[in-house]
Amino acid sequence: MKKASVLMIIGPLLFLGLFAFPLWNIMLGAPQYPEPLGMNIHIDGIRGASEFDIQNIDGLNHYIGMRKLPKAEDMWEFSTFPIVIGVMIALGVLIGILGFFKKVSYKWFMGWFLLMSILGILGMYDFNAWMVDYGTNLDPNAIMKLANPDGTPMSYKPPLFGHTKMLNFDVTSLPSTGAWMMFIGMMFTVIAFYLGLKSKRQSTTK
Amino acid sequence: MKKYNYYLLTLIGAAALLSSCGNQNGGGKSSNGALSSSAAEKVYVAPGEQDEFYAFMSGGYSGNLTVYGLPSGRMFKEIPVFSQFPTSGYGYSEETKPMLNTSFGFVPWDDAHHPDISQTKGVLDGRWIFINGNNTPRIAKIDLTTFETTEIIEIPNSAGNHSSSFITENTEYVVAGTRFSVPVPQRDMPINEYKGNFKGALSFISVAPDDGKLNLEFQIMMPGFNYDLSHPGRGKSHGWFFFTTYNTEEANSLLEVNASQNDKDFIAAINWKKVEEYVKNGGGEKMPANYAHNVYDEHTHTATSTMKKEVITVDPTKIPGAVFFLPTPKSPHGCDVDPSGEYIIGNGKLSADLTVHSFDNMIAAIEGKKFDGEAYGIPILKFEDVLAGTVKSGGLGPLHTEFDGKGNAYTTFFISSEVVKWKLGTWEVLDRKPTFYSVGHLMIPGGNSAKPYGKYVVAMNKITKDRYLPTGPELEHSAQLYDITGDKMELIYDFPTHGEPHYAAGIPAELLSSKSKKIYRLTENKHPYAVLSPDKARVERNGKEVHVYMSMIRSHFTPDNIEGIKVGDKVYFHITNHEQDFDVPHGFAMIGQNTSELLIMPGQTKTSLWEPKKEGIWPFYCTDFCSALHQEMQGYVRVSAANSNVPLTYTLGE
Repeated sequence: MKKASVLMIIGPLLFLGLFAFPLWNIMLGAPQYPEPLGMNIHIDGIRGASEFDIQNIDGLNHYIGMRKLPKAEDMWEFSTFPIVIGVMIALGVLIGILGFFKKVSYKWFMGWFLLMSILGILGMYDFNAWMVDYGTNLDPNAIMKLANPDGTPMSYKPPLFGHTKMLNFDVTSLPSTGAWMMFIGMMFTVIAFYLGLKSKRQSTTK
Repeated sequence: MKKYNYYLLTLIGAAALLSSCGNQNGGGKSSNGALSSSAAEKVYVAPGEQDEFYAFMSGGYSGNLTVYGLPSGRMFKEIPVFSQFPTSGYGYSEETKPMLNTSFGFVPWDDAHHPDISQTKGVLDGRWIFINGNNTPRIAKIDLTTFETTEIIEIPNSAGNHSSSFITENTEYVVAGTRFSVPVPQRDMPINEYKGNFKGALSFISVAPDDGKLNLEFQIMMPGFNYDLSHPGRGKSHGWFFFTTYNTEEANSLLEVNASQNDKDFIAAINWKKVEEYVKNGGGEKMPANYAHNVYDEHTHTATSTMKKEVITVDPTKIPGAVFFLPTPKSPHGCDVDPSGEYIIGNGKLSADLTVHSFDNMIAAIEGKKFDGEAYGIPILKFEDVLAGTVKSGGLGPLHTEFDGKGNAYTTFFISSEVVKWKLGTWEVLDRKPTFYSVGHLMIPGGNSAKPYGKYVVAMNKITKDRYLPTGPELEHSAQLYDITGDKMELIYDFPTHGEPHYAAGIPAELLSSKSKKIYRLTENKHPYAVLSPDKARVERNGKEVHVYMSMIRSHFTPDNIEGIKVGDKVYFHITNHEQDFDVPHGFAMIGQNTSELLIMPGQTKTSLWEPKKEGIWPFYCTDFCSALHQEMQGYVRVSAANSNVPLTYTLGE
């Protein structure tokens, strides 16, 4: 149970990576952009992969009528997410410490994991909804109004995960360092739960 | 008449000499080296790949500097230096007109000769490249992060600024010597009183180590010879500078004959450290002068021209041990110093041989006071005492020598049209290859430094004739590229060059490519007329002067409709490119404007003056195909009668 609790403390602490590293990364390469443009989505805002990328993506997007990329103050998510993550880290570490001193059972580990998973899925859903809105809710007076072969207006929603071809751009959207640290952290809590379960079984069989 | 015939015969004789040598060694059709597959592989830079070296070639009478890649011979850029350049608006825009200011007023052209890249401890450091204007004596500095001319200083008391712009081992000085001696100060006097009365000024311009700011520190007033080329000492000879001279006869007419009479002219050896110390201790004479110093500021994107009023001149005979003459045969042209600093090569252009002087011998002769008379009070050393050796080349008309850093030297021979490879120390000729045709200078990257990159030699030829498809009587010049990694030189490529490259400077690509700027930062734009955000764009009238504060971004101008302009106004378009993306310039051109277009880089501001002469609606547009909506990037200006009451308005999208 001690080993499990230590993992339960380390796991949420890995979430601290989200305050330093981007959660998600979207890269846009094109024939004219051999060095692709890119944006890093952090929990507290969107930043360019290179210094002027946001301005340049906005510059290109205005042709197809997309709005400018939101600044941190334009979206409630960018102020809320850091708080939610901060609270979850504190909660996870607290559960781990209490587990270490045997004040709570290993089941709390799973509880934290499930709560974090639900929040994560909600976050992803929200992120995807924003991308749908951003990529389809276009200026009716856009310079270039392009349609799919079936006549429906073309969507510029970036993929949530993976690669898609969008006009002259190759768009690749992948989790970034912050997300990987978060993922590993969550795995730690699952392992913590499993180790807790195992030590419980061992103690009962004894 | 008799005299005339004599001259005519001489000319015919010289022509026969030239043509017969051409036949012996030209052999144009026999060389198809570049067609062999290995040569093709050596110069082939596949699509998307980049060259190994930058080569900066002087433009000669184009007044500019061109940038090429080696080994591909592809031209990347023409950098405007001394000539107006309508492609970018250099010398036409209000910001860059001051760059071409001189004591003679605005001079829109020059003859650009000898580029030299800055060095630290004798090794190329790639901060700046310098080049001289030969006609109206000037030295320019080009920043190698922006590849733009950022400073030009005029050289007073000089004429035909030819033995320039060579730098000392740590870029302490860029040195400029006069080719034509002139009265100093200039005055009205009979031309034929030249002898003994004219002076040859050798100018030392300091380069500030941090920002490279130029300052003319002192001029050494030498006898009235022609100072042809020069090079710095390096390593043990650091602190010395060597200049070839011709016309030590001091002829003022028909120099081709009259300046070719002395069997030997001189290499002038200048101990500039001694002169520097002398000046620092208050030596020299402050002389009234008038010369322009033009500085371009990267943040205001604007040049300012200041007239300087004084120069320190130094009489070399007043500084013991500072200046000596080394007798050198046959009107030497190139004056080249090997990477170790020991050998000083005089390329006697009317000779078959090269004269190599030894620095150690020179010092020994000076210390032993073994002089062979003096010229205008300057001691002449004995030829035999300073001579290290003679290269018996078998060629004719040696002009210029560079080094590969492996103990070999490469010399161009103009008359016999060839490059000759020889060994330092043994003076043995190792190889010779024809050039096409009549080669002037050659260049090995770093070949004029302590550390040459001896992989290629580029020969810059004066005559092109049949090398490329004919283009009427006027042809571009021709360069040949030789691989010099083997025992024998191998001709691997042939490419045309722009203007007349008199010399070039090469540098490994990686020393420059990584620090080449992509954009100018808008946040660092300090231009007084810049608009840093489109909502600040506006038009202001001040009497008959109208200032348009305009911004541009893909794909529109702000504002793009302007009314209330009147016939007789002076309209200044101050245009700021708001792009911060690599390689997205925008242009600006106005119908009927009596000036060039502007090409404005991301983050930059440039100003164009328009003086509308007719009423009407006059369009302007972006001249650089910037985007898919480039054709839409346009605007209109309404011009009304001089006495009209149309209010001044400016709009976008209304």
